[in-house]
Amino acid sequence: MTLKEIAVRNLLRRKGKAAFVLAGLVVGVATVVAIISFVNAMTSDINHKLEQYGANILVVPKTENLTLTYGGLSLGGVSFEMEEIRQADLSRIKDIKNAANVAALGPLVLGVAELNDRRILMAGIDFSVAGILKPWWKIQGHEPGNGELLLGAEVARILGVQPGASLDVNGKQLSVAGVLQPTGSQDDQLIFTRLDTAQAFLGKAGRVSMVEIAALCKDCPIEDMVLQISEALPGAKVMAIQQVVKSRMEALAQFKKFSYGISGVILLIGSLVVLVTMMGSVRERTEEIGIFRAIGFRRRHVMNIVFLEAGIVSILAGLIGYLAGFGAAAVALSLFSPGHSGSVPLDGTLAALSVAAALVVGLISSAYPALLAARMDPNDALRAL
Amino acid sequence: MSFVRAQQLVKQYGSGESCVTAISDISFEIDEGEFVAIMGESGAGKSTLLAVLGAINEPTGGSLVVDDIEVYRLTPEQRADFRREYLGFVFQSFHLVPYLTVLENVMLPLAVVKAGRQAKRELAAEALKQVGLSGKADRLPNQISGGEKERVAVARAVVNKPPVLLADEPTGNLDSGNSKEIMKLLQALNREGTTIVMVTHSNDCARFARRTLQVSDGTIVGESHNLPIPADIPN
Repeated sequence: MTLKEIAVRNLLRRKGKAAFVLAGLVVGVATVVAIISFVNAMTSDINHKLEQYGANILVVPKTENLTLTYGGLSLGGVSFEMEEIRQADLSRIKDIKNAANVAALGPLVLGVAELNDRRILMAGIDFSVAGILKPWWKIQGHEPGNGELLLGAEVARILGVQPGASLDVNGKQLSVAGVLQPTGSQDDQLIFTRLDTAQAFLGKAGRVSMVEIAALCKDCPIEDMVLQISEALPGAKVMAIQQVVKSRMEALAQFKKFSYGISGVILLIGSLVVLVTMMGSVRERTEEIGIFRAIGFRRRHVMNIVFLEAGIVSILAGLIGYLAGFGAAAVALSLFSPGHSGSVPLDGTLAALSVAAALVVGLISSAYPALLAARMDPNDALRAL
Repeated sequence: MSFVRAQQLVKQYGSGESCVTAISDISFEIDEGEFVAIMGESGAGKSTLLAVLGAINEPTGGSLVVDDIEVYRLTPEQRADFRREYLGFVFQSFHLVPYLTVLENVMLPLAVVKAGRQAKRELAAEALKQVGLSGKADRLPNQISGGEKERVAVARAVVNKPPVLLADEPTGNLDSGNSKEIMKLLQALNREGTTIVMVTHSNDCARFARRTLQVSDGTIVGESHNLPIPADIPN
């Protein structure tokens, strides 16, 4: 017979009370776990989407006389005169402090080309980073090689051409390697070719019209990166495309604060349930405690029995609460975020923290009942019977 | 030198005009291995006296010395250790823990003793054998009779082999047959060397003690010595 056995036997005997304490803690822990898991999953989803967002920093020449626009870049009408960025200067971006956050750097040259007697915007890009910068692109055909074109969906529709066709561009015959599936962006109106091909066609060798940068943005200091790139390229204007994500993150942060507040209140209620139930349990056990004290149990032995009981129930509540919270988060995610791309992962750290939190709340809430039990005078306890 | 020395013990409850004196200026000595009965009418103060002797009710005045230990100079936690090492309690209403088996109830005082599980079980089994309940070790208290419960209480009181056994009306809830059994059990324990102090209002039970202290209105009003009762007294 040990104190632990006494505690376990008492819990088994008073199953109803033990279940009540368990339920109080489980509800508290499950709520906290559900909220944390839900918020973490949402944050992870946003980060994932942010990384899939493609380019999130644009570098464009400083100019004030523009009429056509592309992705935030204004072009100075069909003649399009501006001081463009020197391609050689782009190597400075690799030297900025947060260069490690740069996932892809895509120079782009823009200009107007004559295509079958139509004036059309030509873009020369680096296709080796297109997969990172424009992950939403779907090409019918293949990426253009030297002397080949990729047509925007709208261009292909208007011209009525398919991959394999040949087009007259500025008096030269170029073959169509592929056609972009509709993107809903201005890319549908453009013809794309390799950067060097476009530079040669447009007479802009060694120059680029803009640069698209994909920064790895999970906790990346994007404002700092914008500043660092601005300093590296003083003649260029650097912009961050993050307003939508930022506002969503801010909304999530607000939700986090609110949720944590609610969790705190629920945990407090849980701890009060434990306190009240344990107090009742101690009062019911006046006789036992009197016997324990009379036969030589020290105060700390009596306290240990109460704490052991609370500890056993708390550990169980932590485990059940974690699993319940995990399930609730998964359900909540499917209900409230149907387009959610990720899932709620089983998190060992969160499980351990749940058990620890339940244990702390259980033990703190049981401290006063345990003290009450320990202070019980054996003579009073036995005489009162 | 006596094993138990009570000197001018006083116990009062309340204060001022509402002050009630439960025991007043009680002094006596008990030798090691003695069997003493404390008798008196209800409210005479005998149970209070036993609680004071049991180190669970601090007297308002006087001193209690057991085996040269000034009991009420000990801290409450030291007194708990003292009770564990020196005293065994047998209560009138058994006070068994209802959710523990007979064997576990007997093992209860050993729960806070540093000893192996097997050693504890053996001690408890031995105590149960001593009270004739070896066959009922796995029963719960509500599955045994009143006489058996009292015997379990006796086994629990002696499991850690305390030098002093305090019994408060140990036969108060028993019929005459069971009462005699319990008294014979206490007598046997006494013959093995245990000092026994028993509160009773029964003359039949008091006859088993070698000495009887008569308490009235919180003071000892008489003392008598009894003839020893043979161990093989018929039921």
